[in-house]
Amino acid sequence: MNGSDRLWVELALISYLTGFAYSVYLLATKKFLTPGVSFWAICAGFLFTTMFLFDRGHAIGRCPITNRFEVLVFMTWSMVLIYLLIGSTYRLSLMGAFTAPVACALLFFAVALSPNESAVKRIKVNPWLEAHTSFSMVACGAFALACIAGVMFLIQERQLKTRQPSSIFYRLPPITALSVVNSRLLWLGFILFTVGLATGFLIGGHINWLQAVWSILVWCVYGGILIARVRHAMAAKWVATLSIVAFSLLLSTFWGIRFISERPSL
Amino acid sequence: MQILCFGISHQTANVEVRERFAVPDSALADSLTRLSQVPSVLESVLLSTCNRTEFYIVTHDSQLAIEPLFHSFYGPVEASAFQHLFRLQAVSSIRHLFRVASGLESMVFGETEIFGQVKRAYEAAARLGTTGRILNRLFQKAFHVGKHIRSATAITRGSVSVGSVAVDLARQIFGELKAHKIMILGAGETSERTAWSFQSQGARQLFVSNRSFERATELAEAIGGRAIRFDHWEDEFRDLDILVSSTAAPHAIVTRAKLEPVLRMRRDRPLFIIDLAIPRDVDPAVHQMDGVYVYDLDSLQAIAARTLEARKEEAEACDHMIEKHVQDFEAWLDRIAERAITSAAIECPRT
Repeated sequence: MNGSDRLWVELALISYLTGFAYSVYLLATKKFLTPGVSFWAICAGFLFTTMFLFDRGHAIGRCPITNRFEVLVFMTWSMVLIYLLIGSTYRLSLMGAFTAPVACALLFFAVALSPNESAVKRIKVNPWLEAHTSFSMVACGAFALACIAGVMFLIQERQLKTRQPSSIFYRLPPITALSVVNSRLLWLGFILFTVGLATGFLIGGHINWLQAVWSILVWCVYGGILIARVRHAMAAKWVATLSIVAFSLLLSTFWGIRFISERPSL
Repeated sequence: MQILCFGISHQTANVEVRERFAVPDSALADSLTRLSQVPSVLESVLLSTCNRTEFYIVTHDSQLAIEPLFHSFYGPVEASAFQHLFRLQAVSSIRHLFRVASGLESMVFGETEIFGQVKRAYEAAARLGTTGRILNRLFQKAFHVGKHIRSATAITRGSVSVGSVAVDLARQIFGELKAHKIMILGAGETSERTAWSFQSQGARQLFVSNRSFERATELAEAIGGRAIRFDHWEDEFRDLDILVSSTAAPHAIVTRAKLEPVLRMRRDRPLFIIDLAIPRDVDPAVHQMDGVYVYDLDSLQAIAARTLEARKEEAEACDHMIEKHVQDFEAWLDRIAERAITSAAIECPRT
């Protein structure tokens, strides 16, 4: 990673931390003003990660998802991109307060755990491999945001059930809106993940069966949640819970996945 | 020159006394004109609401007797009524107005309606020309203080009545209420108030069912809803989003066994039940069902009480802020007093 790369990621990390800290400050002081500072801090963080991906992509001549560091930055970028699209559509401004810490955590892991990973330059680029990894990463971003919507849903649900709504209860979006957003993000993630999975089988060459089986397992879990949702066989509370569990599963096995950098040269 | 504030409020008098001294809107202009004709009164504003009748005046006479003024205003006033009067002078009157405009002196702590009432009282006086430099500045400052207190503290946050707490909860479940189906079951006083709260917050699909169909029709017409015969209310359950129940039934009319088949058909849409009846209309076990939220009178009142408590916790911060504004206004008063003395001193040798 060169100095300029590190700078973009560090600036993004500072931006997300600022957005998160400001949201916490607003909630702690009960000054429920429009969280404009948080929103713009998240926008700045998004811009910095975009700059990193652009620079890195330009340097290596391909989509920058060649090592853990890049994957974490790309996943953060995808998640924030979907937040910026979905969040404004559903006016879920406070979702930023929940998205920013996740973005901080992902970038922190990127910087702290993969400090010296350098970009892998490939001479020949396989478009199926590019499509596979890009779609899969953006799907992870959608699943991450579905998980965040699920957490927000469960906070609201708990406050309603205990009949002791706190001040945050009135600042979070309505529980039905969170349920709708959660479902739509699951659908979006599932569609992208399906495309990513399908293109993975078109890459050719050696197939990492461990990775393939794991990916199909994740696909089945999300598919199962959505089937239950469509058939109304599962209450919104359980869909929210499972979207958190499924994303935790995705993250916990994340380190076990062999990235494309480790694949044999194509 | 002295700012003087006197009158009665809910803190000093009961409703019978307050009624006696209230000045209706129709008599406000006449009252202000008469007040301005009192020789020592230089400026005046009269604030009269259901909870207070207060006179704000600027006078040369700091010992101005209120009793004769009241006799001339209200006719013969029995001596016992004067024990309910309060009188504040100088800095205390400034502080009082700032507190009133901020809702800190209101019966419902932090309510915002008083701000508009103070504004209307000032505008009426300004139109009639009974205000001058000092009261103009004082009231403008009071509006600034009121806005500052509201935006910088949590004194207006949350709802403090059963009806508005129910509406707030409904909005946190469903968002906009316009497209949601609400049934008022039992047309008693509490459910009627709650129905009006929903109606005023944009609910448009209101249904009323009552043992007396005439009463249901009457309430439905008043709130722009539709009356349903009591025998048929359960038929509507499947499509309901919110049920406000307040019947005189001696036992629970909404039970888990009754709801389970209905919920299956509702396809995991949440159901919000507001049980205002005593004894309760809804079996408490219903609240344990997925997607069903039952709030009875106690739980709604507890939320309202907590909100009020939270508002009162802000009182110290409000007092601190108000004190700063009072000092600013005092400093301004001192400056104009000094200027007046200097002008008089310059004028003196010439004359």
